[in-house]
Amino acid sequence: MAAAPLPEVISPIFGRLTFAALPLNEEIVVVTFIVVAILGASVLGAITYFRLWGYLWREWFTTVDHKRIGIMYMVLGLVMFLRGFADAIMMRIQQVWAFNGSEGYLNAHHYDQIFSAHGVIMIFFAAMPFITGLMNYIIPLQIGARDVAFPFLNNLSFWMTTAGAIVIMASLFVGEFAQTGWLAIPPLSGLDGSPGVGVDYYIWSLQVAGVGTTLSGINLVVTILKLRAPGMTLMKMPIFTWTGLCSNILIVATFPVLAAVLALLGLDRYLGTAFFSAEFGGNPMVYVNLIWIWGHPEVYILILPLFGAYSEITSTFCGKRLFGYSSMVYATVVITILSYIVWLHHFFTMGSGASVNSFFGITTMIISIPTGAKIFNWLFTMYRGRIRFELPMMWTVAFILTFVVGGMTGVLLAVPPADFVLHNSLFLVAHFHNVIIGGVVFGVFAAINFWWPKAFGFKMNQFWGHVSFWFWVVGYWVAFTPLYILGLMGVTRRTRVFDDPSLQIWFIIAAAGAALIAVGILALLIQVVASIVQRKSLADETGDLWDGRTLEWATSSPPPIYNFAFTPLVHDIDAWTDMKERGYKRPLDGFGPIHLPSNTGTGVIIAGLSTVLALAMVWYIWWLAALSFVAIVAVAIHHTFNYDREFDVSEAQVRETENARTLRLGQAIPGSNAGQTVPAE
Amino acid sequence: MMDRAVFPEDVEFHPAEEPHHPEGSSTMLGFWIYLMSDCLIFAVLFAVHAVFGASYAAGPAPKDIFELELVAINTAVLLLSSITFGFAMLRMHMGDKKGTLIWLGITGVFGVIFLAVEIYEFTHLISIGATPQRSAFLSSFFTLVGTHGLHVTFGTIWLVTMMVQVWKFGLIEANQRRLSCLSMFWHFLDVIWIGVFTFVYLLGVLQ
Amino acid sequence: MSETHLDQLSKSPGSDQHDGHDGHHTGIPHGTFKGYMTGFLLSVILTAIPFYLVMEMPIPDAQLVGFTVVAFAVVQILVHMVFFLHLDPRAEGGWIILALVFTIILVVIAIAGTMWVMYHLNANMMPVHDMPGS
Repeated sequence: MAAAPLPEVISPIFGRLTFAALPLNEEIVVVTFIVVAILGASVLGAITYFRLWGYLWREWFTTVDHKRIGIMYMVLGLVMFLRGFADAIMMRIQQVWAFNGSEGYLNAHHYDQIFSAHGVIMIFFAAMPFITGLMNYIIPLQIGARDVAFPFLNNLSFWMTTAGAIVIMASLFVGEFAQTGWLAIPPLSGLDGSPGVGVDYYIWSLQVAGVGTTLSGINLVVTILKLRAPGMTLMKMPIFTWTGLCSNILIVATFPVLAAVLALLGLDRYLGTAFFSAEFGGNPMVYVNLIWIWGHPEVYILILPLFGAYSEITSTFCGKRLFGYSSMVYATVVITILSYIVWLHHFFTMGSGASVNSFFGITTMIISIPTGAKIFNWLFTMYRGRIRFELPMMWTVAFILTFVVGGMTGVLLAVPPADFVLHNSLFLVAHFHNVIIGGVVFGVFAAINFWWPKAFGFKMNQFWGHVSFWFWVVGYWVAFTPLYILGLMGVTRRTRVFDDPSLQIWFIIAAAGAALIAVGILALLIQVVASIVQRKSLADETGDLWDGRTLEWATSSPPPIYNFAFTPLVHDIDAWTDMKERGYKRPLDGFGPIHLPSNTGTGVIIAGLSTVLALAMVWYIWWLAALSFVAIVAVAIHHTFNYDREFDVSEAQVRETENARTLRLGQAIPGSNAGQTVPAE
Repeated sequence: MMDRAVFPEDVEFHPAEEPHHPEGSSTMLGFWIYLMSDCLIFAVLFAVHAVFGASYAAGPAPKDIFELELVAINTAVLLLSSITFGFAMLRMHMGDKKGTLIWLGITGVFGVIFLAVEIYEFTHLISIGATPQRSAFLSSFFTLVGTHGLHVTFGTIWLVTMMVQVWKFGLIEANQRRLSCLSMFWHFLDVIWIGVFTFVYLLGVLQ
Repeated sequence: MSETHLDQLSKSPGSDQHDGHDGHHTGIPHGTFKGYMTGFLLSVILTAIPFYLVMEMPIPDAQLVGFTVVAFAVVQILVHMVFFLHLDPRAEGGWIILALVFTIILVVIAIAGTMWVMYHLNANMMPVHDMPGS
């Protein structure tokens, strides 16, 4: 079964969009659509029934509060993670099935879309929102700031990311997605190789989301540089903020490269330019080269913030200052710079020759040194520490054990001659899942368990957290160890049907592992629901559940909209530990009004128009594309005519909020000065 | 926690005065970092041009199609617009609203002239068959120069917007800040143009 | 080691500068009429010479002209940075200049790296009959 046929003539009104674009011949997609439609309708119905639209619009969609935007990023990441995981399960089942003459249950057209969508969604719309959400929520709190530097831009960034996610989800039900793999490498992704709308969906969803990512990168870099609390010099910054800074610098430095290279691919497809087709002097390898200049730093963009999270968790749950703080900082900075000169190791086999390959092979091996230094720092922090094995700490230990293996197989792949054997094999697939699941995904779960009490004021359910942990960790190893073995036997990635029956057993084991992971994910969802249901018994009134070390634990859980009634003065790396040790008493009086940015709907509107623009471009509906583009510019200009973007939280409101916290603290910690509120005179 | 008497002096945990971050105090740095990221878009386009600069595919070469007189005119126009924007900024710092508007207007006119010459150049090239589809060299030429032109277009739209805002609301602090950003943007485009006329046009013709 | 320098860079915003209070200090230093005119005249000279060198070819050596033209471009970019963009090493606590240096490094890596990689690829992927000894 091939792609849905595109019309011969492009209609001036509907472009190339016809009813034939609906993939009604793909039963799996139709069933998925029905399920999604029912789920979506019931969610929307519930919101309408409980009259939540106004609340959601006022308090969430239009918010410029970094905390709420952070939570929305996490929700987006989780939803897209489920979509990406569904793709993964489908691939695993197909590869178990397609033996002994069976074609499996997915035709090539569908299967190719699935592995492309899986990669794109997991990297851009699951992992990126997760880390952006975490950084958005935690960094301003850690540096003692009231919000990010550009709160409106923050809201816009979130909605642009969501718009990209909507575009990619639309490709599931209208038309098709790219069948090119997650990097859409030409000539396959050129107009001759992929005449359908799939690659156009790919280009536009990433371009729209990329705008959001770049803006949020700029925003967080400036936030960290400009809004730190007094006394917090660079070398007193919490390590998560440090890694966040480096990650966002990489975002600012590399996402423009992605935008440019995708634009060139788009020009080839839309205008017929000759960049990546060999006929008129172009060269597809230029695309490969450029996209990996973005692509390699991207993996460090993902992992660095979670290195920071592991560091915070390790020192918190060992009750010790992080071992080798400055070496950790320097390792992070070195990784940031080195990550920009290793990109060719993704295409050693391209044929640049021995000198080029040796240079990039050596830089790749060098970059493992600072990463290794970090591992030792965590181990030495644990050494002779009083380790509390709470869930975040368990995830951290699982990360260290898993990630080290992934790192070592990475060094194997960094050797060009070995890479010639392993290139494009399942060994590579196992390697990058080893570092991304073992590093990024485990880190996200560690961070969620760690900071959830801060965000919501209650701890997460422990039982389901443990179930999720064990199924995930065991499931990971069962699912991916067979892929290492298969890769060493020479099995290539993205293969749909197999001839050699002796391979099947490994795919069965891998599928069993994926099933274990599925249980882990289900347990995670149950954990979230159970935590919310039991929020009373899990409540934490202290705001400092784990005996935390950095400033986010100095305020209440959840923090008030202004984060801190009084900006802290920082004397030490572990600022909050330092304050506690010196017998810090929360001031109960002397509050003042606090300036905060006002909410605005402009971000939602611009992102909505961008979604329309992207879909119109995908379907060649030129008038709509032009119209929505002009509308975006008009809305943006109109927004700049509003000069009044701040409001005051009055002194009375601050006092009321702080007094309420004092009362709660008094119940939680008897005998402290908490509980003695000072009434307004 | 009180028995840790190892700290000799009493320390303050909150600054005597709340640190004040007035709206816009981070804008300059933020905008600069945006410009740096924009720089990397141009870096990619320059890199592509460096690779494809001689991929004529048996089509026209720079010598055959570039008219350096036209490029020299456009370079002069852009340079003049840089200095007139500078004069607008000087007027702004003096608090002279009318002078600011006049110099901004002149800058805008130069911007439009630059775009008109570039559009003329492009249409001329296309009319003689040197289209972006003809060869990888021409693809990268049109993309690099066109991207710069697109930036100038948005700069001009922004400039008109700013003129309206200065005219309506005066040289208030927010407008001063925005004009400073636009001025950085404008001068940044001139810097990029130095790269364009040197690497694309002059070195192209030399080949 | 460079910790003191880092700390200098990081003078935390609230503590030791009275930021933004003296009116229209928006972070970028003001230019002066003299500065703008100097920059303008230098730019005119630095533009005119390369155009002259290429259009009239007074020096017939294309390679030499090429290097000269690039050198003029580099100098002119510096002139613009100093006189038009008013780059001040102390502005924004040094972050402006640091961001610029970092960007220049990345731009050089991206452009030079791409050229190197693609040059070697093209050299290695020549059709076999072009290679010596085959």
